[in-house]
Amino acid sequence: MNARLRWRKLVSGFMLTMTGVCALVAVSVLFFILGYLVYHGGNAINWDFFTKLPTPVGESGGGMANAIVGSAKLLFLASLLGVPIGFFGGIYLSEFSGSKVAFVVRYAADLLNGVPSIVIGIFAYALVVLPFKHFSTIAGAFGLGLMMIPITLRSTEEFLKAVPRALREGSMALGASKWKTIMHVVVPAAYRGIMTAILLALARVAGETAPLLFTAFSNRYWSPGWNQPTASLPVMIFTYAISPYDDWHRQAWAAGLVLLGLILMVNIIARVILSRGVAVPRS
Amino acid sequence: MASSTINVPNASPVVGSRSFLSRLRNGDEIARVITFLFAASVVLITLLLIFELWTGSALPRHKFGLHFFFTKVWDPIAEQFGALPFIYGTLITAGVALILAVPLGIGAAIFLAELAPQKLSDPLQFFIDLLAAVPSVIYGLLGVFIVIPIMRQFIQPALKNSLGFLPLFQGPAYGVGFLTAGVVLAIMVIPYIISVSREVLMSVPRDQREAALALGSTRWESTWKVVVPFAKTGIMGSIFLALARALGETMAVTMVIGNTPTISSSLFSPGYSIAAVIANEFTEATGDMYLQALIELGLVLFLLTFILNGLARLLMLLTTERGSGMGQV
Repeated sequence: MNARLRWRKLVSGFMLTMTGVCALVAVSVLFFILGYLVYHGGNAINWDFFTKLPTPVGESGGGMANAIVGSAKLLFLASLLGVPIGFFGGIYLSEFSGSKVAFVVRYAADLLNGVPSIVIGIFAYALVVLPFKHFSTIAGAFGLGLMMIPITLRSTEEFLKAVPRALREGSMALGASKWKTIMHVVVPAAYRGIMTAILLALARVAGETAPLLFTAFSNRYWSPGWNQPTASLPVMIFTYAISPYDDWHRQAWAAGLVLLGLILMVNIIARVILSRGVAVPRS
Repeated sequence: MASSTINVPNASPVVGSRSFLSRLRNGDEIARVITFLFAASVVLITLLLIFELWTGSALPRHKFGLHFFFTKVWDPIAEQFGALPFIYGTLITAGVALILAVPLGIGAAIFLAELAPQKLSDPLQFFIDLLAAVPSVIYGLLGVFIVIPIMRQFIQPALKNSLGFLPLFQGPAYGVGFLTAGVVLAIMVIPYIISVSREVLMSVPRDQREAALALGSTRWESTWKVVVPFAKTGIMGSIFLALARALGETMAVTMVIGNTPTISSSLFSPGYSIAAVIANEFTEATGDMYLQALIELGLVLFLLTFILNGLARLLMLLTTERGSGMGQV
């Protein structure tokens, strides 16, 4: 009996240790990724990387200035599509809608959220590239904007719903209309949460590659205006990483470091704000 | 208007043809309609997506019918399209990923939810969340330059020496292939399994644990025989979610799977996946049939992830009642 108990305790201790090992392995992956990127990318990164265009094949040096600007343009345009639809749609869900409509909208948003990014690419291709007959910043941004909608929508809704009822009632009691109450009381109360959610959505689509492959395509030069194919950081990482040139590999690491650095920074800031700031008193 | 947290504007009476109240009501009506249009556009976009995938793949659907899924000839020049190698590659790599990721993910989730004090659990979860934010092309980059060489030099030869009698681990070790893609996918989906499973485990009532402990079970027995079964459906949900992610994952797989349409029992063999073939061939597709065959692959991928995501949400809803949709109605 005593031996049996000792055995059970042994098993318990062993298995619990193993779960700790699992957690350690999972978390250490992050530090492996960061370590490799800093090690390889840090060696390759220099001022040229941010200021110069890619050089022709075979020539060393050059940078990815066009891809950095291209990514920024794509993200700007994407948020013009994704943020208003997500934000106002979220207001509708939280403040106006009945349960049936809300269910349908939420269901559609979750469906859209689960669509593989490559399929989003096909959709943007069919809707924007085919009619215009060429790849463009607009087409790429359309794809990325679509991916922002569900994230912005659901988080706007959640944060608005967390605003205490008393605030709304106080405002209405003072004679403000429903719309004024929403815009001047409810949205400001949930403002911080919504902004961080939008930042997180931007960070997520910033790294998306698949929707850009056949919408924004790529470009080894500057992309003037919005109607030309454009380079972007993720697509450059992809093409450079699978290329046979050592110099391109180095640049891919540098681009990876810049991209991941930006994404993680936004994530850390957003999550710290969310956890510290207590944007909204949750009841 | 710049406004701090609580700033109720003066509801000053307005002089006008209509009464104050009806104007207010009208303002609200307009706001309602406008926000409704934004919300409705989400539904519209989703329907349009399905419509485009369906009509965009009409040619191959009519020409090949169900044969599309069961033939393995992919010959754009002869306009013969069979998706079997891609479906095979997608399923095999996702399967390998789950075999590796599920035990590790659930183990880590148990540690975070049951064992670790909150002071340790919260920062670790923070790192897991960051891991989920790493874009797939970065995983691909590390896959190409770190995982492939390690697989070729160490892991594949080791597997061959120890388990080489199984058909799974035979053939030359190229580095690229099903196994490597599966490993990279596993690393990518582990954060999803951990996050969801941890939440589900934490929602198990305290009494369950205390009752088991009071009956004399060890800490592990209370976890494994009481808490985990209680959270079983939710954990299954997290696995479905991970599976959906793995099936739809494009960039990382494209970079390490080898991009050769083969059906082989060996995990060392290079292969191809649905998402990878779309990524590689879409811009080069000449002719309607070729392009539409690729779109049909996109439709297949969409349906697969649609079903899996639906199942995942249903299962999570059943345990925690805080999934999306019905829980809030």
